[in-house]
Amino acid sequence: MSGGLPRRIIKETQRLIAEPVPGIKAEPHEENARYFRVSIVGPRETPYCGGKFKLELFLPEEYPMAAPKVRFMTKIYHPNVDKLGRICLDILKDKWSPALQIRTVLLSIQALLSAPNPDDPLANDVAEQWKVDENKAIETAKEWTRTVCQRQIVHTSLSGLYKSLCARYQ
Amino acid sequence: MKVSVVLEHLWRLFTAFQILSEHVDIINTRMDSEDDDAIYDDEHEDSYNESGSDQGDESDFDIDCDEPSTPKRPHVNDDFHYECLTPEALVSHMNDIIDEVNNVFQLPRPTARILLSHFKWDKEKLLERYYSGDQDRLFSEAHIVSPNRTNPRPVPSKRVNTRSSSASTEANCEICLTTTHVSTFVGLECSHRFCHRCWKEYITTKVMDEQVGEHISCPAHKCDILVDEVFVGQVVKDTKVKTRYHHLIANSFVESNRLMSWCPGPDCQNAAKANYHDALPVTCLCGYTFCFGCGEPVHEPVRCAWLKKWIKKCNDDSETSNWISANTKECPKCHVTIEKNGGCNHMVCRNNNCKADFCWMCLGPWEPHGSSWYSCNRYDEKDAQAARDAQAKSRQALERYLFYCNRYMNHAQSAKFETKLYSQVKQKMEEMQQHNMSWIEVQFLRKAVDVLCLCRNTLKYTYVFAFYLKKNNQSVIFEDNQKDVEMATETLSEYLERDITSECLSDIKQKVQDKYRYCEARRKALLDHVYEGYETDIWEYIDYD
Repeated sequence: MSGGLPRRIIKETQRLIAEPVPGIKAEPHEENARYFRVSIVGPRETPYCGGKFKLELFLPEEYPMAAPKVRFMTKIYHPNVDKLGRICLDILKDKWSPALQIRTVLLSIQALLSAPNPDDPLANDVAEQWKVDENKAIETAKEWTRTVCQRQIVHTSLSGLYKSLCARYQ
Repeated sequence: MKVSVVLEHLWRLFTAFQILSEHVDIINTRMDSEDDDAIYDDEHEDSYNESGSDQGDESDFDIDCDEPSTPKRPHVNDDFHYECLTPEALVSHMNDIIDEVNNVFQLPRPTARILLSHFKWDKEKLLERYYSGDQDRLFSEAHIVSPNRTNPRPVPSKRVNTRSSSASTEANCEICLTTTHVSTFVGLECSHRFCHRCWKEYITTKVMDEQVGEHISCPAHKCDILVDEVFVGQVVKDTKVKTRYHHLIANSFVESNRLMSWCPGPDCQNAAKANYHDALPVTCLCGYTFCFGCGEPVHEPVRCAWLKKWIKKCNDDSETSNWISANTKECPKCHVTIEKNGGCNHMVCRNNNCKADFCWMCLGPWEPHGSSWYSCNRYDEKDAQAARDAQAKSRQALERYLFYCNRYMNHAQSAKFETKLYSQVKQKMEEMQQHNMSWIEVQFLRKAVDVLCLCRNTLKYTYVFAFYLKKNNQSVIFEDNQKDVEMATETLSEYLERDITSECLSDIKQKVQDKYRYCEARRKALLDHVYEGYETDIWEYIDYD
């Protein structure tokens, strides 16, 4: 399977772009068709609502026989995501099935945001907080979502300003 | 004081008497044992025929020396039988078990195998469960579709995604996302269908990359129905993958089965099968002898669990840290590890951020030491005392370990040289036969080397046993026994290495024979004592963790 991109990856990519999942955006990198830049919008009625979370997704050589590698790039306060952004999700590990796709994986991650599972934690301190005082944990998650997104907005508006300034003075 | 001296004398007298009486025994038996060896060999060949052994001479000594001790040791039972199986015999043995169960069940063979393996090859457990009702649950727990409601395999079912409405003969494979003719689709009883090529790739990846054999499930999401050998045979044509798959199946058969164990011998593919699981010696067809309980070389008298701990201790670098704590101290301020490299007790920490001045002896600050009127006499100061105590303790632990480890390694090393001795002895035996001695008369020499090896092996493991042993009255007796065997073994070794060159042949024979018989007897006494201790629970252990 060296060299060319497998048909399956091409098809999946086409479909992701043609029929995107609501709240999820996934684009392949210009230089590497196996590397995807993903963003997931925080689902409504969750502490992540209003946030836009960036992720990276990589399809290894063995894909679809091996699971894709996915990681959060945006900081998130969630019991199943650690501070490096690694995700604890069974279908990304031993429960991977080649019949699953990028689409289904991203949907599962979206679902994980709606239903955190502190009993199978990756970030122990977060999970602890979730179990001891759920309300407080949700507050913290909201707080993190707010700061991170504000920073993103500032960043994008600043870069927009910068671009327009550049355009004007050139 | 006086009482203990008297007691010691009595004890010495007693052991001397024991030794004497054993010598008398030996003399008595020698009267009628001129060709004892030959008779012995015949006997054991009969009783051990089961092992199917034609490995000949090598294994003889093992049994010769073990056998006399069996009746006394409850641990070693006569009813322990084992058999060594070649890879082919292993498969047929597995099939025999399957057929046995299938006489009752009348299921497809692969189904019966998966059921058995789910019960770790315990027939009785499976039968009991099978007839205690709710078979459907049993099947689903074993990850197979109940044969009572099987969908025939090769026929493509309605579950296949038919994307284009016109072509009912075409279907879309969920893995490669390609549309092909339905005839290329295959699947298990769970009725999930994928194209032949994807199946092949899936199974190949599982077998070759992930080393999964028995537990390959249907590739559909959340489906745990297991793939079986018939299906693999249909889908995969590559013989390399097939062989690997069958090897993995055989491997899980042996590993999940308590009554089976792989031979750990180099390049050996055989497995041993016994009638019960215990730490007893097993000699494979390849000639390698190992402990059935743990797969290590035979390690009398120490038990598998303790040996495992010992090996772990020897392998990991916990001893490095022990050495560090015994030979170094920590800076009392920044806790960096320091090895003293000069004679002066005034230490200045080399850590640039610390540069603490302290006294090596008491670990207290140097300041009060420095004034001319003050010297280090602060021994009873609490912190310094605690630091010194910790240091002394770890040093003691290290010394203890090194003591036992040195002796263990020494016997292991000597045992290696003993193989050289075999060839020397062989030469000597030929030489002796040219000096009017018959073949049977010179066999004693080989036997002596056999005994020597056996004693070395036992001694080696007695040090592992002793390392974990807490001192009590029985442990003192054990150590006396150990010392006795060790001394005798060393003398025997010396006889065989040096005195063997002396001229007077009959003299040598007498000396060597006496010594190896003594070694044998003392080894047996040592082992019996240890096993008796296991039975009556007199040994107390030190747990270092």
